[in-house]
Amino acid sequence: MQKQSNMPYAIEVQNIVKTFGPVIATNQVSFKVKKGEIHALLGENGAGKSTLMSILYGLYRPDSGILKIDGEVVSFKSPKEAAQKSIGMVHQNFQLVSTLTAFDNILMGLPESWWRGRNWRFKKVKEIESLAKEYGLSFEVERAVWQMSHGEKQRVEIFKALYRQSDIIILDEPTSVLTPQESDDLYRTLKKLKETGKTIVLTTHKLREVMHACDHISIMRKGKMVASMPSSETNERDLARKLMGEMPVEVRRIEKSESSTKPSKNLLELQEICAKGLHGEQALNDLSLFVYPGEIVGVAGVAGNGQKQLAEIITGMQNPTSGGIKFKGKWINHSSIKGMIDIGIAHVPEDRLHTGMAGSLDAVDNLLMKDYKKEKHSNLGIMKHSRNLDWAKSIINNYDVTTPSANYPVRLLSGGNQQKLLLAREIEGDPALLVANHPTQGLDVGATASVHNLLLDMRSRDRGVLLISEDLDEILKISDRILVIYQGMITGEFEPSKATREEIGLYMTGSKTQFNVGALA
Amino acid sequence: MEIFSMDIMQLLIIASISAATPLLLATLGGILSERAGIINLGIEGMMLIGAVCAYIVSIYTDSEWLAIIFSLLGGSALGALLAFLCITLRSNQIVAGLGITLFATGLSSYLGKSFGGSQPQTQIPNLDIPWLDNIPFFGEIFSHLNWMVWISFFIAIVLYVAIFKTRWGLHLRALGDGPAAADNAGVNVYRYQYLMTIIGAALCGLAGATLILVYTPSWNDGLTSGRGWIAVALVIFSRWHPINAIFCAILFGLFETLGFKVQLYYADIPPYFLKMMPYLTTIVVLMWVGWRNKNKPNGQPISLGKTYIREQRG
Amino acid sequence: MRPLYIAGKKISIEKDPISTKTPWWMTVIAVVLALVFCAGFMLLNGNNPITVFSKMFSGAFGSLYGLSETLLKAIPLMLCGLGVAIAYRISVWNIGAEGQFVMGAIAATSITIYYPGMGAFSSITLMLLAGFIAGALWALLVAICRSYFDVNEVICSLMLNYIAILFLSFLVFEPWKDPNGFNFPGTAIFSSSQKLPALDDLRLHLGFLIALAAILLYAVLVKFTHWGYQLRLLSANANAARYAGMNVKRQIIIVLMISGGLAGIAGMVEVSGVTHRLSQGVTSGYGYTAIIVAWLARLNPIGIVISSILCGAVIVGGYSVQLIGLPASMALMIQGAILFFVIGGEVFSQYRIRVETISPKKNEQTSSSKVEVL
Repeated sequence: MQKQSNMPYAIEVQNIVKTFGPVIATNQVSFKVKKGEIHALLGENGAGKSTLMSILYGLYRPDSGILKIDGEVVSFKSPKEAAQKSIGMVHQNFQLVSTLTAFDNILMGLPESWWRGRNWRFKKVKEIESLAKEYGLSFEVERAVWQMSHGEKQRVEIFKALYRQSDIIILDEPTSVLTPQESDDLYRTLKKLKETGKTIVLTTHKLREVMHACDHISIMRKGKMVASMPSSETNERDLARKLMGEMPVEVRRIEKSESSTKPSKNLLELQEICAKGLHGEQALNDLSLFVYPGEIVGVAGVAGNGQKQLAEIITGMQNPTSGGIKFKGKWINHSSIKGMIDIGIAHVPEDRLHTGMAGSLDAVDNLLMKDYKKEKHSNLGIMKHSRNLDWAKSIINNYDVTTPSANYPVRLLSGGNQQKLLLAREIEGDPALLVANHPTQGLDVGATASVHNLLLDMRSRDRGVLLISEDLDEILKISDRILVIYQGMITGEFEPSKATREEIGLYMTGSKTQFNVGALA
Repeated sequence: MEIFSMDIMQLLIIASISAATPLLLATLGGILSERAGIINLGIEGMMLIGAVCAYIVSIYTDSEWLAIIFSLLGGSALGALLAFLCITLRSNQIVAGLGITLFATGLSSYLGKSFGGSQPQTQIPNLDIPWLDNIPFFGEIFSHLNWMVWISFFIAIVLYVAIFKTRWGLHLRALGDGPAAADNAGVNVYRYQYLMTIIGAALCGLAGATLILVYTPSWNDGLTSGRGWIAVALVIFSRWHPINAIFCAILFGLFETLGFKVQLYYADIPPYFLKMMPYLTTIVVLMWVGWRNKNKPNGQPISLGKTYIREQRG
Repeated sequence: MRPLYIAGKKISIEKDPISTKTPWWMTVIAVVLALVFCAGFMLLNGNNPITVFSKMFSGAFGSLYGLSETLLKAIPLMLCGLGVAIAYRISVWNIGAEGQFVMGAIAATSITIYYPGMGAFSSITLMLLAGFIAGALWALLVAICRSYFDVNEVICSLMLNYIAILFLSFLVFEPWKDPNGFNFPGTAIFSSSQKLPALDDLRLHLGFLIALAAILLYAVLVKFTHWGYQLRLLSANANAARYAGMNVKRQIIIVLMISGGLAGIAGMVEVSGVTHRLSQGVTSGYGYTAIIVAWLARLNPIGIVISSILCGAVIVGGYSVQLIGLPASMALMIQGAILFFVIGGEVFSQYRIRVETISPKKNEQTSSSKVEVL
């Protein structure tokens, strides 16, 4: 099959270009993966790694460039063809049918045996169980997927790829939804797979993981491949420099200008909040925190540790199962979204177009979303049309939003302009507290800076900001106090000027904790 | 129960089973397309077209089997249209289904009218199984049922086996609940959806043919008198399960027969409320199921009504 | 969709991200194509489609009487169509306009039966109110099933249609049957104070103005009020509406009740303005045709007026071809076909054809010249 001479690479990508309309997703990218190694592809959100992975397994076709698998030039028209070349993909959002069992999901789409009666099934279950054991992947073969944890689902996905005789397994952001223990388990499994001769490519934007677990590291930035080296020849600091590019690794702090005399009264206080997650799991676990007026509190943590629930509980989108919320010294017994807006809590949600804005409506309507009932905008239920238009235009001007007109659907604006518009709306109401969840996700440098300036501006007006972000640099840069969230608990509190990245990282991964939390598993 | 003698009980059951046959066939058709994620509100129309095809062909050819074949073809033509509208054109499935029913109601009466009430000479016979007569009660019930009754039972069982015991069925279940995942695993989603919608529609056509070839051997407009809509309810009532569908269809057949019988024997009981029973039970059962299975899979295909759109490819 | 390569040009069909609206002339083309499509079936059966269509056209628009009949049919279609359009805007698939129409008709009639001796103004007002409330309550059942029991509103509203129609049968066959009606299943004829005033010699009645007023009111409300803004926000993104503090469940219930109430008014207008009694055939499928009407109009209020008149004309035209031995239900066939072609046209106009010239050397650099065909 393959040439035995100079040992072909499992994957060899040469000068791949892929554009989406005017956007260049990957620009002349070249990339080599040796057989039987764990290869990490590092990059921030939007660096082009997902596009590259999608090209590898046949979802996208490159505009130009060459793709070789085992030394052989290929051109995939569909994921099916990639699968025939023994490439298996484990997606970030799992491609499993939730109502079916793991067993059914694994065998779905496979041509073997049209008749699937009881005997066949029994035999197959045994076969899968023993094979899974061999690979060190544990999951309940006959359990329905909707009843599984994320880690278990992921193991089913990996097994599904292995069962299709994949020799190259691509994992897209495999640890983004996992708890730290599950991540450890995953890397242990991947090492085991490597020993059986499989080649593994994974994408991530977490430095620490790759140093431990991967053999070779490639780094992408803004659609280009900027570096590629064995993990033994590098260190975290070096990786961070390459990942960030010209930006310094040590983030320049933006300190408060005034003397930091803390106000005596806190603005928001959460006491022992518990809450359920999307799948009924315990997402928040006796979480307590407080925010003073005039400070930015940064909540750092690996995604999926309860950040979403934290933001939703403060903004009334979800009710806690137990615990208390105190705002401006008053207990809030029964919170509703409307109630929270009315007492002055603004919210920048995680997903702009999913929750934060109505994409098909124009800027005026989106700006009015929370304020349309105010006297300024309407009278006795009648909207003040021309006045609202002028108001919207002035906001667009003040916040430097680039849009053809105030009546242009916001879904056609760039992410940065959408976010500016959203923040403008939230800040215009002059809230006492702003909960910002991943406010700069997917934004370019310029837009990120203006979002940061808006948050800093809130601080200088003595408002409170709770900044929830995965981006540690962002948190280190603008917050006055850093909290680390891990498994639904606050496990550490830091002064940003005294904290180091490494130290915070240890708390984020659960290796360290400041507080006496006995329930920590 | 003393008011019914044994004979009346038997007659009632036989009548319910007979009334259930077109309902069952149409329900099975609906189950197929809904399991593939396509709501079929065109069932009533497909039944009408099936009926009118069977009617015309049986007048021309005097062959009940040719009539059945053409009813299958007529139904599947509408099924192909529904599939094209919903899958290829991605139009709203509810509106498309209603459009099919409207169109077919008009077309069937236009086609049927030109035959001015002439009667086809063929009927599908009963299947006599004399030895069953020796078994009291149930044997007697099943010894003289129509061929179509047995065919409908047979189709239900075949579908059950196919859906739950074959590779094909696994794909069908998968694509109703997670078309993206099925697509990713190499199942040809659009082909399956087309196929299931068309086969389902053919079964609805067969249900219509049953009405002509077994019950009312003459055309009148709106021959199905709402049975297609009952089938829509039955699909859900049976929780998308072909074996359940048999029993649910017989239950609804019983309601239908009771409506007639009560009118005949007990003139002072208004039959309207009995006729409401299928609809009322469906709503009550749905509410009960919804209440019990909050936030859990409840048997309804998850992607139902939402046309699957594959990610844009570059 | 795979691109097509012809003579050094790459021709691909792609979805236009900006266009969301279908041009109005696309609908006109769709209607014409639908008529051609139906003509095919007529030829098949040995009828001359031109004769049939001209017969239909002159029946619907050729005389003052025909015109008035067309507008008469358009009245319930406008009201029900507006009702379903409001619900569809926020993705609530109410197909229960038929049942809500029937309940409205029943409630209006109950006023004539239980409070017979009132003056024209008070009885008409009361009947309108009763119709609206009955339709709204019938739709409330759908809303409760959807919001609190997770029952699909399509099925629920469909079932309630049949329950309403059977209830109607019960009333007109049993308790409300006119004792002097020669056993005809229907109530007694309304007194003149219970009838909507009509034009001299024609059947067109005040209901037409009521329907137009309802549509105008809706258009104004949507454009200028809180409620309209909420409706717009909810139809654009339900998550965002919730995030902005809107009580989405309550809003859905309100919208469904308004939707049902409008169908209920349609029922009242029909009994009080046309049939002048409650009888079994009062609905004749207006509730379902209304769904087509709303869809043809793309849920736009002015579009609803036009498409109602179009569907009304097709119905009246259907009656007039009965004279040459064709069934009136041909109207349904034409309506269905129009719907198919409008759906097709809608999709068609969302795409544009893009022609790129490929430079012969390499296809890396494509000098793309967009040619917008649609």
